[in-house]
Amino acid sequence: MRYLAPASVGEAVSALAAEPGLSRILAGGTDLLVQMKTGLAEPDLIVDIKKISDLTEIRCDGSGFRIGAAVCGAQLAEHGELASAWPGVVESVNLIGSTQIQGRATPAGNLCNASPAADSVPALIAAAAVATVAGTGGTREVAVEDFVTSPGRSVLENGEIVVSLNLPARPENASDAYERFIPRTEMDIAVVGVGVSVETDSDGRITAARVGLGAVAPTPLLVEDAGRALVGTKLDDEALEKCAAAAMEACSPINDKRGTIDFRIKVAGALAKRVAARAYRRARGEQ
Amino acid sequence: MSKIHVNATVNGDAVEYLCEPDESLLDSLRDRLGLTGSKEGCGTGDCGACSVVLDGRLVCSCLVLGAEADGRAIETIEGLADGDELHPLQQKFLEHAALQCGICTPGFLVAAKALLDKNPDPDETEIRYWLAGNLCRCTGYDKIVRAVMDTAEEMRR
Ligand code: FES
Ligand code: FES
Repeated sequence: MRYLAPASVGEAVSALAAEPGLSRILAGGTDLLVQMKTGLAEPDLIVDIKKISDLTEIRCDGSGFRIGAAVCGAQLAEHGELASAWPGVVESVNLIGSTQIQGRATPAGNLCNASPAADSVPALIAAAAVATVAGTGGTREVAVEDFVTSPGRSVLENGEIVVSLNLPARPENASDAYERFIPRTEMDIAVVGVGVSVETDSDGRITAARVGLGAVAPTPLLVEDAGRALVGTKLDDEALEKCAAAAMEACSPINDKRGTIDFRIKVAGALAKRVAARAYRRARGEQ
Repeated sequence: MSKIHVNATVNGDAVEYLCEPDESLLDSLRDRLGLTGSKEGCGTGDCGACSVVLDGRLVCSCLVLGAEADGRAIETIEGLADGDELHPLQQKFLEHAALQCGICTPGFLVAAKALLDKNPDPDETEIRYWLAGNLCRCTGYDKIVRAVMDTAEEMRR
């Protein structure tokens, strides 16, 4: 195995493209090093992207936020503007693992690991986040809801890397939230995870809404009908019921030791209502 | 595999070592530098016994490659005491009997110090959440939490 820590995206991409064997990108390493330790991954080349200074920062301008692919979870919480514009995305990232894990694990890595249960992904989907992907031929943009193709697989081609996750700027009266169900209070894998983002007019009527679901299908989902059910309302009970029904309709979960199919579907509906209400309260400045 | 040459700073001292490309920082610290205070409980990021501070952030050294430490600063349990003088956390762990077998203790101490450096006045809930990545099979945690609270109080005086 070879270890490389290039100083630019161009070098990283060329090294990956030139490697005939198996290559892996190292950001926080909290998935990769465990996979190596347990024999699930035996890469011939590791490309550490943390020496690419451009990838280690969060940038913020009029068009929104650009979270570099090597930015760890703790950095999101420390970024005041990001935490107030996108509290749901930040809370979803900060739910992952312990303090030690937060000091390493990256949201971009959480996306690239392509787990159906990744906590940050439903929140990123609700936020309409876009991943910037670099390859030898240049860069392309991929909506987060289109990124994961099946458990453990993504749209990344050989030699491509995610360089950043991009979140739009926030208008007034907009916010988001993420919650998951786990059988304990801390440090577990989501049985169901729901992210909701809403925008309202000054009167509290919802003008746009997106709902992301995790751990209830082979990939994290954007549930357009669930978002649509909220638009035009002031989040009355009927809108919440319709949103929950659409979320439940979108589920195609598995039975496993952490939750049965029926349980996961029911919880998806309950969480959709709860999280939509929380995002709405935040958008109204009530929380 | 060809070895990688690493220059780093450990507890304020410049160090250099050669490591394998797939070797963890925990193994480099223990086997290359003889700093055996950091322990391996799991090797997969679950127990926190290997906790160190890397460029100011608390991390599991079992989830860092030794090669990644090049040019970076690491603080380990060996840097906690000042010569023969124990750090207040170490002293309070003794007074509160916050350890039994002791294998988790270096990790708890490094993690607790990182917390107090960031927040000198944490409440019990903050301490419990901050230390949730450190597992102890002996003490039941309560004495550890009391020791950290007591240290914080003393250090604020
Ligand atoms: S040995 Fe590193 S977390 Fe357990
Ligand atoms: S004292 Fe034995 S594991 Fe903590």
